[in-house]
Amino acid sequence: MSMTQLPPGFKIIRDENSEAYSDEFFVNMGPQHPSTHGALRLAIRMDGETIVELVPHHGYIHRGMEKQAESMSYLQYFPMSDRQDYLTAIQNNLGVALAYEKGMNVGVPLRQEYIRVMLQELGRIASHLVFFGCFGGDLGGQTCLLFGFKEREMVHDILEEVTGSRLTMNYFRPGGSRFDVPDTFIPRVKAFLDHMESTMKDYERFLSKNVIVRERSIGIGVLSKEDAIAYACSGPVARASGVNFDVRRNNPYSIYSQLEFDVPLAYNGDCYDRYNVRIAEIHESMRILRQCIDKFPAEGPWRSKEKPVKLAPGRYYSEIETAKGLYATYVVAAAGDKPYRIHTRGPSFPHIGVLNKMCQGLTVSDLVTIMATLDPVIPEIDR
Amino acid sequence: MEQKNISTKQYIKEYLKKCVTGPWSLLCGLSVSLRYFFNPKRIVTEQYPENRKTLKMHERFRGRLSMVEDADGNNRCTACGMCERSCPNGSINVQATKNIAGKKVLGRYVYHFASCTQCGLCVEACPFGAIEMAPEFEVATTDIKSLEMILNKKEGQG
Ligand code: SF4
Ligand code: SF4
Repeated sequence: MSMTQLPPGFKIIRDENSEAYSDEFFVNMGPQHPSTHGALRLAIRMDGETIVELVPHHGYIHRGMEKQAESMSYLQYFPMSDRQDYLTAIQNNLGVALAYEKGMNVGVPLRQEYIRVMLQELGRIASHLVFFGCFGGDLGGQTCLLFGFKEREMVHDILEEVTGSRLTMNYFRPGGSRFDVPDTFIPRVKAFLDHMESTMKDYERFLSKNVIVRERSIGIGVLSKEDAIAYACSGPVARASGVNFDVRRNNPYSIYSQLEFDVPLAYNGDCYDRYNVRIAEIHESMRILRQCIDKFPAEGPWRSKEKPVKLAPGRYYSEIETAKGLYATYVVAAAGDKPYRIHTRGPSFPHIGVLNKMCQGLTVSDLVTIMATLDPVIPEIDR
Repeated sequence: MEQKNISTKQYIKEYLKKCVTGPWSLLCGLSVSLRYFFNPKRIVTEQYPENRKTLKMHERFRGRLSMVEDADGNNRCTACGMCERSCPNGSINVQATKNIAGKKVLGRYVYHFASCTQCGLCVEACPFGAIEMAPEFEVATTDIKSLEMILNKKEGQG
């Protein structure tokens, strides 16, 4: 075999006469593999049991959302943003709404700001709980999957009562949201937090100290700080490598600047650190929620008076911190009621890009761990 | 994995320590499972579909689109077509007609449930509150034709 016969994407050239070369073979992981979390195909070049190189192939569920947005009105893009990263739909909604608000020049009342922050943090907890479940499940502990989903169900119940839908919320609008929160919202969040406090202890006993999890994740899939920055990683993945960046603190939107919270950091950049950072983030989210409950304005308007539907011509950019990382929306508005262009920067795509670097020299079972802790959502990569 | 530079004695020590702490951590995890197993209060599983009668969706739940009708089956739709225009995927087709007085009224309100994403934009857009999302969640069917429905029972009142 000569170098030209390597499938597209593979770059490492080896001496054809070497012994290692003759042992090489290719494996396709996906598109239906459960641990790729969606329709993603990883073409893996193996040397015995060791991964030499890996090329991710995506696009299996590409829907052309950004192109579709050009033929839609501004509001019609909201249901689309739900369907990008379906685990953090409520956060994507806010990202789009914030970009629109800049173009429409509307602000939101204080009560709405609190609603926004609270729903953001609830969404973050829900997404991290899915991570917790899938991480355990991918490592072979199916009980874990149900543990994570049990509490997530409670969050989604709250979200369903507020927004009307469990997964594709389509809730925030420029200048406010579709509805005010019902009266039962605050008591329910309180009850959930009390429940969660005790459950988190169970979680940590269940998985964090588990010897199998520790052996399989400590020192596996190390992502250095330099690589995390060079590959534009964000969110918990970057923070586990010691990149001290969180949009909520570094470039605060909504009322995050008035709230007190820490940004959990870890420095080893291995799978266990990424897991720990996410667990610590659940604690921080609960802390933010408690502050919001105390300060929540009982009365007052929940949306701005005007209900604009058009953006002034120009370019508008917003960035938010979703559970997965930096989610940015860039809107180019022309005259008329349709966007000229909407571009989304999702957090999962760069994380798949760095996968090749992280898994070289490891085995396929380690790759499963790495995929689980990167926590990518494929519909958001493909859009 | 990378423990090459330690002495044999240390290695054996580590190994024995892991022999104890490892199973202990597994037992800790198992105790969590067992506590759930023996505590009936912690059971969250619901017996669907046996509990169908007690299931109630939230007020805002977005299910199938339906028309708001009074007791006589009259609707409030004026066939303005705002909902049709606001739908991102063309699931609504408002067919207007003329009544005896020559006024434009609703003839047929055709709704394609199969392509609807239940986003609720149409309900938001309707200036007369003529449509709503019904709290219906068991909507599976074996007949694809039943997914294309006419929502209004009567002609619009204009
Ligand atoms: S709910 Fe959304 S997709 Fe369905 S008919 Fe209404 S606007 Fe169209
Ligand atoms: S349902 Fe409402 S928006 Fe749609 S045509 Fe009738 S009145 Fe107009």
